[in-house]
Amino acid sequence: MLNRQGRPTAAGQASDNAHPTFTGNKALAQVEPLLFEIGRYETTGVDIDEPEAFAPRLGGMERTGEIGLPGLSEPEAMRHYVRLSQKNYGIDSGLFPLGSCTMKHNPRLNERMARLPGFGDVHPLQPVSTVQGALELMQELARYLMTLTGTQAVALSPKAGAHGELAGMMAIKAAIEAKGEGASRRTVLVPDSAHGTNPATAALIGFQVKAVPAREDGWVHVEDVKAALGPDVAAIMLTNPNTCGLFEPQIVEIARALHDAGGYFYCDGANFNAIVGKARPGDLGIDAMHINLHKTFSTPHGGGGPGAGPVVLSERLAPFAPVPFVRQGASGLELVEHADEAGEAQPFGRVTAFHGQMGMYVRALSYMLSHGSDGMRRASEDAVLNANYIRAGLADLMSQPFGDKPCMHEVLFDDTWLKDTGVTTLDFAKAMIDEGYHPMTVYFPLVVHGAMLIEPTESESKASLDLFIATLRDLAMAAKAGDRDRFVGAPYHAPRRRLDETRAARSPVLRWTPPAPVQEAAE
Amino acid sequence: MRYLPLSDTDRGEMLARIGVADIDALFADVPKAMLLDGPVDLPRRKSEMEVERILSRMAGRNVAAGSVPFFVGAGAYKHHVPATVDHVIQRSEFLTSYTPYQPEIAQGTLQYLFEFQTQVAALTGMEVANASMYDGSTGTGEAVLMAHRVTKRRKAVLSGGLHPHYAEVVQTLSRMSGDAVVAMPADVMADEDIIGRIDGETSCVVVQTPDVFGNLRDLTAIAEAAHKHGALLIAVFTEVMSLGLVTPPGHMGADIVVGEGQSIGNGLNFGGPYVGLFATRQKYIRQMPGRLCGETVDANGERGFVLTLSTREQHIRRDKATSNICTNSGLCCLAFTIHMTLLGQAGLTRLARVNHANAVKLADMLAGVKGVEVLNGAFFNEFTVRLSRPAAEVVEALAERGVLAGVPVSRLSPGAGLDDLLLVASTEINTDDDRAALVAGLKEVL
Repeated sequence: MLNRQGRPTAAGQASDNAHPTFTGNKALAQVEPLLFEIGRYETTGVDIDEPEAFAPRLGGMERTGEIGLPGLSEPEAMRHYVRLSQKNYGIDSGLFPLGSCTMKHNPRLNERMARLPGFGDVHPLQPVSTVQGALELMQELARYLMTLTGTQAVALSPKAGAHGELAGMMAIKAAIEAKGEGASRRTVLVPDSAHGTNPATAALIGFQVKAVPAREDGWVHVEDVKAALGPDVAAIMLTNPNTCGLFEPQIVEIARALHDAGGYFYCDGANFNAIVGKARPGDLGIDAMHINLHKTFSTPHGGGGPGAGPVVLSERLAPFAPVPFVRQGASGLELVEHADEAGEAQPFGRVTAFHGQMGMYVRALSYMLSHGSDGMRRASEDAVLNANYIRAGLADLMSQPFGDKPCMHEVLFDDTWLKDTGVTTLDFAKAMIDEGYHPMTVYFPLVVHGAMLIEPTESESKASLDLFIATLRDLAMAAKAGDRDRFVGAPYHAPRRRLDETRAARSPVLRWTPPAPVQEAAE
Repeated sequence: MRYLPLSDTDRGEMLARIGVADIDALFADVPKAMLLDGPVDLPRRKSEMEVERILSRMAGRNVAAGSVPFFVGAGAYKHHVPATVDHVIQRSEFLTSYTPYQPEIAQGTLQYLFEFQTQVAALTGMEVANASMYDGSTGTGEAVLMAHRVTKRRKAVLSGGLHPHYAEVVQTLSRMSGDAVVAMPADVMADEDIIGRIDGETSCVVVQTPDVFGNLRDLTAIAEAAHKHGALLIAVFTEVMSLGLVTPPGHMGADIVVGEGQSIGNGLNFGGPYVGLFATRQKYIRQMPGRLCGETVDANGERGFVLTLSTREQHIRRDKATSNICTNSGLCCLAFTIHMTLLGQAGLTRLARVNHANAVKLADMLAGVKGVEVLNGAFFNEFTVRLSRPAAEVVEALAERGVLAGVPVSRLSPGAGLDDLLLVASTEINTDDDRAALVAGLKEVL
């Protein structure tokens, strides 16, 4: 043992200033250049033998010249991407209270299941007789989704939430056209608090967007909807629980008013995770609702996808569901891939090349099977409990735009409480980074000034929430006590200090380009 | 339940702290009659072992591509993905992060997106690329909408060589948005007169190469004709591997290049998740759909990356946005980028050559089988054969013999009178034994 031999272990006398390093690295915090600065055109990390000599049949269209793609050997590539990963914050790093995004634990069982060769290594156009298990899984997922939502049909194929919105709104448009009202019903009502995807989706397929206000209590009132209704209204797009973290108490009356006026109810299901197993959107009167499998059913967010956005449909919209879909046939499960094979149904078309996000279906079903009906209900309750616990822990220091009342799975604060501190919502969020947290969603919903939307999810323990609350209380008191520096320069300890987004947008640099060659000395 | 940390004691303490008697007090805004009084009618929780058993049984009812001689393509291709790729994309920091809204703690994601954009631009021969679409087909729909914005016209002309699913996605979107589409009939031999269909109202011409029948198409003349009429050329690909060997659309005058990136880094997954690649000219960046990652500096002047030009996007621009896309294909981009980095252009070119060599070898072998006619002149790793029997029957019969022979054209375009055509793909995974099994099988059933 070295120490017994007298080798000193204490640091010597030195000023305790941080010393710049030769490499720029700071121990585990490594500087990592771009691939293009370390790779080489002749290098490859994959061993491939040249084919035997043969006469190409490319019709004279051989690519010539450098492609511009450097390679790395396997150890270099591994190190490059592992180092990059270390500059990222994920759910497994700590609390990730990004409101509306539902950053819950991603069980690794789901990853293992999605990688079974019978799911991961199956081609979408194999003979249907060779994919009966895949179709069975889709049927089973569909059954779970319909049961949990109390609906009669589901279109599985949309690739993400916004794509599910598009498919749902297309089904509504098709239903309206089938009634001969396509020319007259061209307006879609969207509250100002909606996700940006809602108005963008409606506009994409030619609807005019008309705002409906939310009142001072954060809710959409049936009288306001009624006032906006008319023979021109095709649908309303309403998020429930809404983006302020509140359940819309008048939703049943809103649905009835809409149906009486001949319109359809599109529900944005981004927040379905608050009520899974507690209430069924179909019972509430919705006609279509997408489900973000990557939010409610725990498929990984992967740095921004892939997601999956199956859209459940009411009986009135079911006939218009897009192809492809699975159907029970005489000799097993069938895939209906073309409108003219759909029998009575009138599919509005197709939204993607194949059958949707199978990899996400497997993960979501694995999660649902694991939780079971009892576990899913409990998960919703815990998500709501955790959000309210945070609300209770912060309500005396931070302001809530609609008063201190129970929320669903996320709690919304505004920036009134930061008035005169010189600290903005953004500054506050960046200071949270220094404390080891991913910030909450900020500046959304747009209807609330300086919004801070906190969604802890059911994955957090009480101890984790207690520390989070204590940290936010400390920060809030520091802001109020005038410790501006802690905020306006933050983050101080992240892999990067605050980044200049204005500069990025003013003169966009969207790809690496080789540095200009050094001028050769004149001969 | 293993995913839920709270104990009943915790729950009791937390309810007390909140000041309510029970959990349903927090659900008070849900109409009473609609609040369920117990779990819905689905099975109760299961252990990890039980779930594995159920799902493994389902998976076992499918024939995995890697377990048989496999020649299925038509928009999704089986390639070997290095072990490194799957390891790295499962690192927590990548797997469990989200859209990099807080760039200071998402430089890992942002830097690989910047690398991805650069790789895609280089591969397609274009100036800029975005940070991905859902897949090639939805990307093609977005490309058409972008062309409409750029040209302020609303008519797209679709080649008969475009994958029928892609054409359907564009047609569905266009029908819904009230835009016009001219869809050319199936063009098996790549000899359609698409130039003759371009006029002063045309916003864009959409041409795929290699096309759905495997033909390589020279786009130069079409690009010139389109530009003469003030229209854009949208070049589509479904096999990105081809770009390692053939002239990229960007060198043939394309204005938007869009396609499927699954072949690099991503498995078959029964159709998804995949990754849409989308590239264009610098001058059009403000009309592009989707996320863009850009370079900038931090408060210390150090280089860093952020999402940029978000004023195009739905969360800012709402009903005036260039697209409604939000979540895209982040992790699939990462898989693409790592595989591309491992290959480098040296490896990519060689791998593409192996693909082409295997396809040429197979085409020559099939040409010698009675009842099989190879139709293509120029192709990459997929080609079309005419069979003496309906292709769907042949594929079924071969599947029973343990060979997955390809995609009958009738599966993609029923009723087009092309029932005797079969699309056959061959990649680096195919061995001499695979080819021999396909030939032997065809000899038996034809």
